[in-house]
Amino acid sequence: MSPTFWILSALTVFGAVAAVTLKNTVHCALAVTIAFAGLALLYLQLDAQFAGFAQILIYIGAVAILVVFAILLTRGSETPKEGIFSPSWFIGMTIAAGVFAMLGWAVIQSVHVLPHQAASPNPTVNDIGNALMGRYVLPLEIVALLLTAALVGAVIVAMHEKGESK
Amino acid sequence: MVSTLDQIFVLLKHWIVAHMPAALQSVVGVLLSVVCIIAVFPALFAISVLLERKGLGRMQNRLGPNRVGPFGILQPVADGIKSLTKEDIVPVGADRVVHFLAPVSMVAVVFMGYAVLPMGRNMTLVHMDAALLFYFAMGASTELSVFMAGWSSRNKYSLLGAMRAVAQMISYEVPLLLSSVGVVMATGSLSLDKIVEVQNQYSFGLPHWFIFTPWGLASFVLFAIAATAETNRSPFDLPEGESELVAGYFTEYSGFKFAEFFLAEYVGMLSVSGLGATLFLGGWSAPFSFLQFIPSWIWFFSKVMLSICVLIWLRGTLPRLRQDQLMNFAWKFVIPFTLLNLVDVAVWRFMGEGWARWIVCSAIVVIAYVVMVRAGMRRKNIAPRTYRYAE
Amino acid sequence: MTPLAGYLLVAALVFAVGLAGALTRRNAILVLIGIELMLNAANLNLIAFWRYGPHPELLTGVMFAVFSIAVAAAEAAVGLGLVISIYRHAHTTDLDEMNRMKG
Repeated sequence: MSPTFWILSALTVFGAVAAVTLKNTVHCALAVTIAFAGLALLYLQLDAQFAGFAQILIYIGAVAILVVFAILLTRGSETPKEGIFSPSWFIGMTIAAGVFAMLGWAVIQSVHVLPHQAASPNPTVNDIGNALMGRYVLPLEIVALLLTAALVGAVIVAMHEKGESK
Repeated sequence: MVSTLDQIFVLLKHWIVAHMPAALQSVVGVLLSVVCIIAVFPALFAISVLLERKGLGRMQNRLGPNRVGPFGILQPVADGIKSLTKEDIVPVGADRVVHFLAPVSMVAVVFMGYAVLPMGRNMTLVHMDAALLFYFAMGASTELSVFMAGWSSRNKYSLLGAMRAVAQMISYEVPLLLSSVGVVMATGSLSLDKIVEVQNQYSFGLPHWFIFTPWGLASFVLFAIAATAETNRSPFDLPEGESELVAGYFTEYSGFKFAEFFLAEYVGMLSVSGLGATLFLGGWSAPFSFLQFIPSWIWFFSKVMLSICVLIWLRGTLPRLRQDQLMNFAWKFVIPFTLLNLVDVAVWRFMGEGWARWIVCSAIVVIAYVVMVRAGMRRKNIAPRTYRYAE
Repeated sequence: MTPLAGYLLVAALVFAVGLAGALTRRNAILVLIGIELMLNAANLNLIAFWRYGPHPELLTGVMFAVFSIAVAAAEAAVGLGLVISIYRHAHTTDLDEMNRMKG
């Protein structure tokens, strides 16, 4: 386990924890960006260059921006009087802790069957392109259809309805 | 001799690195290149600011700065000293941490893009397979810094400027990416080194630059429009429209932090000009085969500075767009046109060599342009503005 | 501990944090952020398994991660569109106040 891995995981987990605990919603959105960046760097650490850059481009460049836009459009940055956590927060925390305990237990139990070291695969962008156009061409087409549908759907959902003028 | 001059910086770096202890060699090699980038581009920033102030002055029938040094050429130095010694003011209501992080992250991300730009033969800092994707990933990250700056200032002008800037940058990032995808389709690689290599060939003494193909010319024009908008330059400078929003998202910044935003803006401009030159103007390759004796880095930097001059000229010429015109222009003209242009690249790619593809591809571009402009005129959305005065 | 186990544990932790956020926060946008974190944790798992798995040359894990990133982007766009539309209707993004089926 390299020190780089520990630093990056600490960064990612810190960002994630900050994103779900901070009071100000915009701070949460900025903290989740740290988590996204940490994950992108972890992908790079795992030799998945393409996925890492795609993660930065899409999550930091698009999703984070969408989130802050939505926060500003809905006055979400004002802290509610009743507190930021829902009344049933204890049940939620218990479920999350239970899930983590179960996943962690499963990983620890299977440590001896996990492979130790593997040769770096180092895929080029060409390989990824060939895979997308060969083996994965059907999923690619489906994703294209889904993205188009999502684009149209998001515009229609968020659009002002006719007659409902402000 | 010619090749020594061409490779002089590479040779110099190798010479310095060879004198270092073996354990440090790779670190020193990277550090040297990074220091060079961090030194050269701010210097170019100073030159382009001076050029802009003098040039704009001339275009507006005034002299421009002429007090500091001969013909005012020391003006950037004076500006630098002024902004370094000014008091750093943070508004009372501001979010101090985010207010501090915004300019820092902006400058850091803007400089990252240079890591993959080939500035001359063998003069790329990182040879990356997915270089173009890396460049755009870094470019997309600046949007968040802009938002952080505008939001943390707790000022309505800053926030409005930031929202305008982010909306504009997201809208124009799509055509920026799509117009570059054409080049990727033609070369079959995301690596900028490979893209320059493909363009560095000559027939009849003329280079194989992508701008000299029908689809390449259209892509280049669209890329230039999108890049101008992406760097918030006039005529797309609504985010900092001084007559409306004081200074946009950096209204509440002063002193060194303001200088950082200013630096990031110009360094971003230089970097996107470098990318445009690499993608469409052959990067470091010479415009004619008999001019190849001039070092490659001179060509790269002259192309970058030429683009900067064109941007200054545009700023002095065109009036600012209105917000709805800006958005309509992006979504109803530029993006559809880039998509059609991708079809054009595919046709070009699969028609094979010969004069037939020149005719077919030119026809596609011209017809697409005429049809889309007609459609736009009919909708009156991107038409010349008509005024109706109050009676 | 093997490197793969380390990555899996980090992914599990991020997933649990995202789940906790999605289950405990009031604001609908922060619930979406929690869901995004969970998706990202799954991606990290996919890429880690691809890297240390038996057939890295098939690129299965990376492909899954890339598709998942694309789907997550679509999900974020539609989800936030819904939040804005609900806000316009109910003037709140507080999930505990959105407990009526009737507009």
